[in-house]
Amino acid sequence: MPSHDVLIIGAGLAGQRAALAAAEKGATVAIISKVHPVRSHSVAAAGGINAALNPEDSWESHAFDTVKGSDYLGDQDAIEVMCKEAPNEILWLEHAGVTFHRNDVGQLGTRAFGGASQARTYYVADITGQAILHVLYEQLMKHHEQIDRYEEWFTTELLLDDSGNCVGAVCRNIRDGQLQIFNAKSVILASGGAGQAFKPTTNALICTGDGIAQAYQIGAPLMDMEMIQYHPTTLAENGFLITEGARGEGAHLYNALGERFMEKYAPNKLELASRDVVSRAEQTEINEGRGFPDGTIALDITKVPRKRTLEALREIVNIGRDFAGVDITREPIHIKPGMHYIMGGVKTDVDGQTPINGLYAAGEVACVSVHGGNRLGANSLLDTLIFGRRSGEHAADQALSKAMPSTSHSKIADTQRKFDSILNRDAGGRRISEIKNELGETMNRYAAVYRDQAGLETAHEIVRRLKEEAAVAPVDDKGTVFNQDLLGAVELEYMLDVAECIVVGAKERKESRGAQFRTDFPERNDAEWLKHIDVSRNGDDAPSVTYSPVTITKWEPQERTY
Amino acid sequence: MPEYTLRLRRYNPESGEAPHYEDFKVELEGHRSVLEAILQVRGEQDGSIGVRCSCRAAICGSCGVRTNGKPGLACHTHLDAAAKNSKHGENVIVVEPMGNMPVIKDLIVDMEEVHWKKIRRVTPWLVAKEPVPEREYIVPHEAMVDVTQTMACIQCGACVSDCLTMEMDPLFVGPAALAKAYRFVGDPRDAEQGQRLKDLAEDPHGIYDCTHCFQCIEACPKGVAPMSQIMRLRRRAGSDFHVDDRNNGHRHEMAFVKNIRKNGLLHEADLLPDSYGGKFHPRAVPELLSSLPVVLRALKTGKVTVKKALLHEHKASPEIERIFDTVENREVRLEYNLYISGNEDDLADDPADAVAPAATATLAPPVVEEQAVEAPPEPPVAEAPAAEAAPAETPAAPAPDAEEAPAADPAAEIEVEAPAEGEPTEGDTQ
Repeated sequence: MPSHDVLIIGAGLAGQRAALAAAEKGATVAIISKVHPVRSHSVAAAGGINAALNPEDSWESHAFDTVKGSDYLGDQDAIEVMCKEAPNEILWLEHAGVTFHRNDVGQLGTRAFGGASQARTYYVADITGQAILHVLYEQLMKHHEQIDRYEEWFTTELLLDDSGNCVGAVCRNIRDGQLQIFNAKSVILASGGAGQAFKPTTNALICTGDGIAQAYQIGAPLMDMEMIQYHPTTLAENGFLITEGARGEGAHLYNALGERFMEKYAPNKLELASRDVVSRAEQTEINEGRGFPDGTIALDITKVPRKRTLEALREIVNIGRDFAGVDITREPIHIKPGMHYIMGGVKTDVDGQTPINGLYAAGEVACVSVHGGNRLGANSLLDTLIFGRRSGEHAADQALSKAMPSTSHSKIADTQRKFDSILNRDAGGRRISEIKNELGETMNRYAAVYRDQAGLETAHEIVRRLKEEAAVAPVDDKGTVFNQDLLGAVELEYMLDVAECIVVGAKERKESRGAQFRTDFPERNDAEWLKHIDVSRNGDDAPSVTYSPVTITKWEPQERTY
Repeated sequence: MPEYTLRLRRYNPESGEAPHYEDFKVELEGHRSVLEAILQVRGEQDGSIGVRCSCRAAICGSCGVRTNGKPGLACHTHLDAAAKNSKHGENVIVVEPMGNMPVIKDLIVDMEEVHWKKIRRVTPWLVAKEPVPEREYIVPHEAMVDVTQTMACIQCGACVSDCLTMEMDPLFVGPAALAKAYRFVGDPRDAEQGQRLKDLAEDPHGIYDCTHCFQCIEACPKGVAPMSQIMRLRRRAGSDFHVDDRNNGHRHEMAFVKNIRKNGLLHEADLLPDSYGGKFHPRAVPELLSSLPVVLRALKTGKVTVKKALLHEHKASPEIERIFDTVENREVRLEYNLYISGNEDDLADDPADAVAPAATATLAPPVVEEQAVEAPPEPPVAEAPAAEAAPAETPAAPAPDAEEAPAADPAAEIEVEAPAEGEPTEGDTQ
């Protein structure tokens, strides 16, 4: 049984950063991922990472923009931590080898981004996530003596001891089907978001909410789950992301009448208002008949000088050409709001600790909450790195003062029985892919930019039915080597759990704040709803709702305009 | 909607069956990707099909496969483009696992065993220059944009799949790992550029093992152009750091340059001795003797004649000298870089817009000025290799650079490219 001080589940930016931080503290570390680390979805983060590093900028300004962006639902103590520590994190990355683009005197260069009062987004062309992820993986290779990598291992369950401490996980080696218990003093979940519960989504096929569901299943509360970010610029056909960097570099949005409609909705920030505002504006234009016939809006990147586009937006030049047949340096590309990010997740404190002793969470799987009702562009990479590192450090400190817990092998037999029962399902049920499609379309219809009670009730009923269908959905592959079919069945259960929590949270919040816009409650209502909605499992399969206060330090809620 | 036949190479190590091909019918629009077709088949017909995939948008690098024989990402290969090249029948698309790596199951190969081991071979992390500054390293913007081309590598393995050198020499460090090496050699913050170059030049399976077949450039879905990066490593090693490698790689390249400058066309009888310092160099004697069997065979089969071997009648035209002059008289070396100048077709459309001023007057393709090279950290081996024919700015690549050919005549390029505007071309997807 592999035993480590710190076990990290997920190897995107949060997980890798946590691993490096824990190793630096002297802990033994295992990092497990169901895909090779560089395939993690952090790789798709395009535009950049925020930090108030320029002398003219200040962390307070960054923090206020983040608080305002969150529609005052973000916890201000956590936001302060993130924004204060951001500059040093950028420098740490630079020293580790990230090839940030420079300004004309060779210092780190910045670009403008949505919802920000200063240009404070540091970037590597439009492959910032990829560049950072690959550099962190370089560091994992360098520190291989302290960090054991388990690449292509699928976590099936978190383990609790008799006193309710998290002491490890059960994992399956995807390559040969072998089950293994990983024993650890501290466990950090860093397994990302749940975008695949929506269709379309910008998220990769691996973003199936595994960690959110695993924590939920052992009783950890989830927070702000109703807050789903729709990104303003995604391709209509397949949901692919066109980076906000395009607008940061100067691209404009037009409706079918040729109007630069953001003048109406955000007269000061225009296209660079926060994402919820821009997405709602686009959706309103489309709903009121001013979109293009395919239900889209035009993003005109030809406003950006061509040389600059080729240098700084290379990836979306490729995406436009290969996946939409459009040369974005010469003509507008049609886009619409698309599901992109989940602000909610496993509730943690500023050190990544969940209410379950020994269990941490960092990155998109977690909710600290620094994003509240709406995440600012280029704050997600920062969130993963700051809270990944803090989790790694705290988990290592805790682990170094504890004895290695003992874990019973009987859990392996339980998991094996569960897998066997999936493999032995009758052929009659609905196919996994059908259930997944229906889930995605349901969520995208009822839990999108505009929501109302009736739609959310319908969505909840459908999700409950799909849960029943998923429990008997058959798999074709009965083997042990790379049985992706079997793992797909498990992932479907995860997605359904997450989807239910999203819908329950959205039904509960009877106001409009951040990404949640209720057409039946169109106003923000601070008197009743300036609070987090926590969802947890109450023994059986039904989520129960409680509330927790929003931490306010410096910035009292005010009206939010851009 | 068109119907395609997806012919998948199946292999399941648990079944006891030999690898075989299985046909699936799939209805999808032609601009959809091969990956979408595979996923549709897996979802609706056979859940046991093994394929790695994640982002669907050519960013994560999971779905490297061979489609109708061509390596690339399944998500980045359009069905209509793939079908157009099919030798297997109308709308038949054969999808197989990548080459040069062991197959685990169906389309899944063991990248750890080959690709990642080779990546780890090149010390794949920054060895930061001391002292580490309090804030960021101050480096030129162009240097960071330049290495972005190799940072754009997503480690998909498509170049490794079809590397011909690796097929012959499995120990070859290979295109992906060498491109990764350039990412550090081109990074002004790295303290060990000289040692890295010496290491890769001296390794018999290193930079001089590449045979310039261009397969990796063709295969790469991200424009990393691994072979170009290998050539840049050679230029840095040979010309800037004066690495006199024991593989004779640098001298061989210089012999090529000298040969072409003199003859215009390659005179092979001179090439071999020149590679060893000339016919009368002591080092050349054993090498020439060991080549005798090959020479005799060539004479016997008529591939060469005594006359041709001794008298090379082709002489370089003034044009050749003009090219040498242009290149050698540049103040800085110009290098190809997508992030600065876009594709060849971007350039052809609008050269003034895309090219650094220094390049517009030359035959050069999309270019970046090579960073001024600092003095090598350690004194190089004193011997100046083939100095008479090897000015520092000469591109040492013996084969014509792939990039140069299409861009040499921008006007022609515009005519070719214009009809395809607004639509992904066939080449785009492969």
